[in-house]
Amino acid sequence: MAQAISARGKLAARLARHSTGIIASLLFVAPIVWTVLSAFKPAQEARLPPLPPWPTTGFSLENYQTLNSFGDGLWVSAQNSIYVSVMTVILSVIVSVLAGYGFSRFRFPFKDLFFVLILSTIMIPFQSILTPIFLVLTKLGLHNTLTGLVGVYVTLQLPFSIFMMRNAFDAVPREIEEAARMDGAGNATMLIKVMLPLVWPGVVTIALFAFLGAWNEFLAALVLMTDQSKFTLPVMMTALQSGRFGAIDWGAVQAGVTVMMVPCLILFLALQRFYIRGLMAGAVK
Amino acid sequence: MTTITTTAPPRARKLVGAGRRQWIGLLYVAPAVALVMLFFVIPLGMTAWMSLHNWPLMGEHSFIGLGNYWAILRDTRFWNALRFTGYYTLVVTIAIFAVAFPLAIFIERPPPFTNVYRTMFFMPAVVGFASASLLWSWLLNVDSGLFSPAAYDLGLIDRKFNLLATFQPAFWSIIAMVVWKVAGFTMIILMTGLQSIPQDLQEAAVIDGAGPLARFRAITLPLMRRTLALALILSVAGSILAFDQFYIILRGGPRNQTLTAVYWIFNQSFVSFKLGYGAALSMVLLVILVALSLVQLWLLRKPEGLD
Repeated sequence: MAQAISARGKLAARLARHSTGIIASLLFVAPIVWTVLSAFKPAQEARLPPLPPWPTTGFSLENYQTLNSFGDGLWVSAQNSIYVSVMTVILSVIVSVLAGYGFSRFRFPFKDLFFVLILSTIMIPFQSILTPIFLVLTKLGLHNTLTGLVGVYVTLQLPFSIFMMRNAFDAVPREIEEAARMDGAGNATMLIKVMLPLVWPGVVTIALFAFLGAWNEFLAALVLMTDQSKFTLPVMMTALQSGRFGAIDWGAVQAGVTVMMVPCLILFLALQRFYIRGLMAGAVK
Repeated sequence: MTTITTTAPPRARKLVGAGRRQWIGLLYVAPAVALVMLFFVIPLGMTAWMSLHNWPLMGEHSFIGLGNYWAILRDTRFWNALRFTGYYTLVVTIAIFAVAFPLAIFIERPPPFTNVYRTMFFMPAVVGFASASLLWSWLLNVDSGLFSPAAYDLGLIDRKFNLLATFQPAFWSIIAMVVWKVAGFTMIILMTGLQSIPQDLQEAAVIDGAGPLARFRAITLPLMRRTLALALILSVAGSILAFDQFYIILRGGPRNQTLTAVYWIFNQSFVSFKLGYGAALSMVLLVILVALSLVQLWLLRKPEGLD
């Protein structure tokens, strides 16, 4: 008897727990799903309130086509965003792996000073130094170029990613290195052939954060990219949503937001392990 | 400019073999140091320098000493923006914690499906602030959006209500959007703290007859101090620098009531092109955030006696 009651209580508790979980999950995911589905409505229908969220008058890619006709088009901005994000990933990985290895394995003058200098930039909000960054880029002839934006984004990633990589290299036992050196491995071979495979999870983590950071960044891109052909997706979509290209086409906004969200979501779902790992590393230290 | 990084010529000739090999380390870190110099240290110095000047976009700039700072003292709109930023930071931080803490406890339980829930709750956190703002600006739109038309269709309101037209509903709409976007992130941080609490401590307290609330106050909260401090600082620092959502959804309106500090600096620097004045405002913001970082270091210090 008592057992039956406690079993029923357990079932009720489980039911309560999972209904809470499902409702909360729906609340978090609904706006995303709503947008992705609505974007497939024909333009006429996309202008109306999204009830229900899915297309009722037929599936259409019209909104994506309209989006491509605004200003320099969706495709140009998407290409800019892809270029900036991919370059940010490549460069921040190269720079951070080199620096992480340097800080972990060598002793040289000013080592601690440089390390503290790089890490302390995390305390300074880049929002407060955007004007001089703008002037520095102009001096370098990188004003209004995607390359200049990449430089800024890579720098923003450095404190986190160098910290990550230094710790990753610190975790590799020195014996492995010594054994490889006995076999006659030089510095470059050592780093690429021996060390890199061992710190690979750290590399994936910093690459993921670099991509998401660059893909989603708004303020610096808004300030530094003044030419429409250089707009990244967030800047171009904001211009569209503010009515800069005439009446606001909400169907096009839904399509644009979908294009901006989907790569982040796919990368996160595929590499979730590395993302959480990065957050934990940041939180625990 | 990059010469700063390479000012370490091989002075110490005595070093040989393994000793000299160590110098190569400088080459490895050089690109990182160069980037930080170029895009952080130099701009930081320039901000301080520019803040002492009248510095238009075109034409000559002139030294005016502390003139910009005196002007800030009289700039009521900046102080209003700062006050609004503080108010927003307070409200949004409380709201985020009120949602994230229960979620963290929820996903700390054993499976099944815990990982699925965690992933679901976290999904808005990987979407950018700009995307989230654009998305919600659509949902909040009075004619083509979701909330107002849905409430109308359900008969909750007599006529469509523009959520973004007056301060209170607009402000709380932003709070809702930010909580939706950020709660999952804060949840993961808090979860790491919960996981670090030894299970046997909780069990011992249960044996001693401590109820869930007493255990939460006596064990969970004190042992999570550093994690709580970290989550708090991340939320506060992020909120003080808020810009995207207010720019994209509200354009600082209604009636300039939601201009944040960064937004005001952006307006002064890149709309009015008063670069010197913008730099002085930036310095004020910078001092606030560095002070905050120092508080953070103090809160995050290792507990005495332990580790």
